[in-house]
Amino acid sequence: MKKLLLSGNEALAEGAVRAGCRCYFGYPITPQSEIPAYMAKRLRQVGGVFLQAESEIAAINMVYGAAATGMRAMTSSSGPGISLKQEGLSYLAGAQLPALVVNVMRGGPGLGNIAPSQSDYFQATKGGGHGDYHLIVLAPFSVQEMADFPHLAFDLADKYRNPVMILADAILGQMMEAVELKNNEKNRLIEKPWAVTGARGRPQNIIRSLFLKEGELEAHNKLLQKKYRIMKKNEVRYQLTGDPDPEVLLVAYGSMARVCMYIMPRLKKIGVRTSLIRPITLWPFPYDIIEDISKKVKFIFVLEMSEGQMLEDVKLASREKCPVYFYGRMGGGVPEPEEVLTKIEEVLKVESKRKNYKIRR
Amino acid sequence: MYKDVIIAGFGGQGIIFAGKLLSYAGLKEGKEVVFYPSYGAEMRGGTANCTVIISDSMIPSPIVSFPSGAIVMSYPAFDKFLPRVKKDGQVVVNASLIKERTKRNDLYIVRIPANDVAESMGNSRVANMVALGAWVHLSGVVSLKALLSSLKDVLSPDKSDLLKINEKALKKGWELVPNSD
Repeated sequence: MKKLLLSGNEALAEGAVRAGCRCYFGYPITPQSEIPAYMAKRLRQVGGVFLQAESEIAAINMVYGAAATGMRAMTSSSGPGISLKQEGLSYLAGAQLPALVVNVMRGGPGLGNIAPSQSDYFQATKGGGHGDYHLIVLAPFSVQEMADFPHLAFDLADKYRNPVMILADAILGQMMEAVELKNNEKNRLIEKPWAVTGARGRPQNIIRSLFLKEGELEAHNKLLQKKYRIMKKNEVRYQLTGDPDPEVLLVAYGSMARVCMYIMPRLKKIGVRTSLIRPITLWPFPYDIIEDISKKVKFIFVLEMSEGQMLEDVKLASREKCPVYFYGRMGGGVPEPEEVLTKIEEVLKVESKRKNYKIRR
Repeated sequence: MYKDVIIAGFGGQGIIFAGKLLSYAGLKEGKEVVFYPSYGAEMRGGTANCTVIISDSMIPSPIVSFPSGAIVMSYPAFDKFLPRVKKDGQVVVNASLIKERTKRNDLYIVRIPANDVAESMGNSRVANMVALGAWVHLSGVVSLKALLSSLKDVLSPDKSDLLKINEKALKKGWELVPNSD
């Protein structure tokens, strides 16, 4: 199939349309404004609805409305806008509505800047809104995955009746790569008997997240948690690459996983066996595989464009079976390959000393 | 084959256009490509740069610490990026706007008066194509043919009248670099 040169944002938008998304509501913000721009042009061609809302809050609530009717609906934004959408995300989760929300992360906190960042990990994976809920969070690492993941996201959202977030960063949104677009395959749109489609000839469907009767909300929460347990069991996704018998384990997601892939052959050259775990689902997080490998390696090295957010999950997973080191930069600073390599070499030095110390004792 | 190049200059010099064109040419020749632009509040007169990586196999990092090539179109770009180019890197310097010389003697540098050449062709806006044509000849990363045939993919349809002058400028830049052997 012919490959196209697309930016991550364009690829994601086209991928969403091909996944059957027919409703986009959003408000522009760098570094993801190419998504609404593309949707404005494209959705019209397929009989969909593009609407630039008056605010991010309006946009997420329009998604709520469209999703309630059974449509595949989405919104996208970056940090400041995603913060505004948190109320809506909590409502979507509470009302069990499937929808796609995309965050192309930029530097924070506050209005921050427009440079790449991964500092919205906590917000995405730990529940940025109120209540006991989870989003499924997908982390693409290439423009190809930016194109592919909307389909996966909508399928998962429909399957579990739960909002799904694609958590990308500005590098992935802005860079262009060759992409193979899956050709207008028939979407396996599933039946949505719960949707609000006009109740003629059937009992009324009600979409709500308000449960006031005694015990009702607790029962609803138990139902949600049961769903989350099934997701944790069935939907963990990750990519494991590198040496099958590693002494060093790298863990990184998104564009930082790419930086790690640059480093690995260089570490191999100096005789260090390395493998990389790239979580593809940040929630549910691949705890088990990291725990397994942490028993075998000398240390784990985590790389992020933040001050160590996924790091906490890696530490949880490793159960202190080995030391966990970290390097990250904040506020739009991008860890460069050579810089990261130097950091790992420093750790290798420290670790080799530590081992000698043990032997002498 | 793995080649990374940084293209840098002022906003309005067609830096991003040149980067996209080079990327399309790479794609046309069946290579893996990454194009990563500076983005956001850029405007005419501000700084602009982009990284292009072309490779036979999967490109790991879109972020490049030390590129193996550079096209520098303005003095600030020369000042910022020339020190970062890897030893033996191929560099095209826009001599029309950059009078300064570098102390580095471990680079293949070709000085092209891109603005003057473009002006003599009747359109100063194609200085970027002159420089790109020169760099592609210097580095051999893609063919001139692939570059020329990619123009229509990058040039927006309403500017198709500029196709000819861009082609001419690419060829002119290519010719300004002497054959290495």
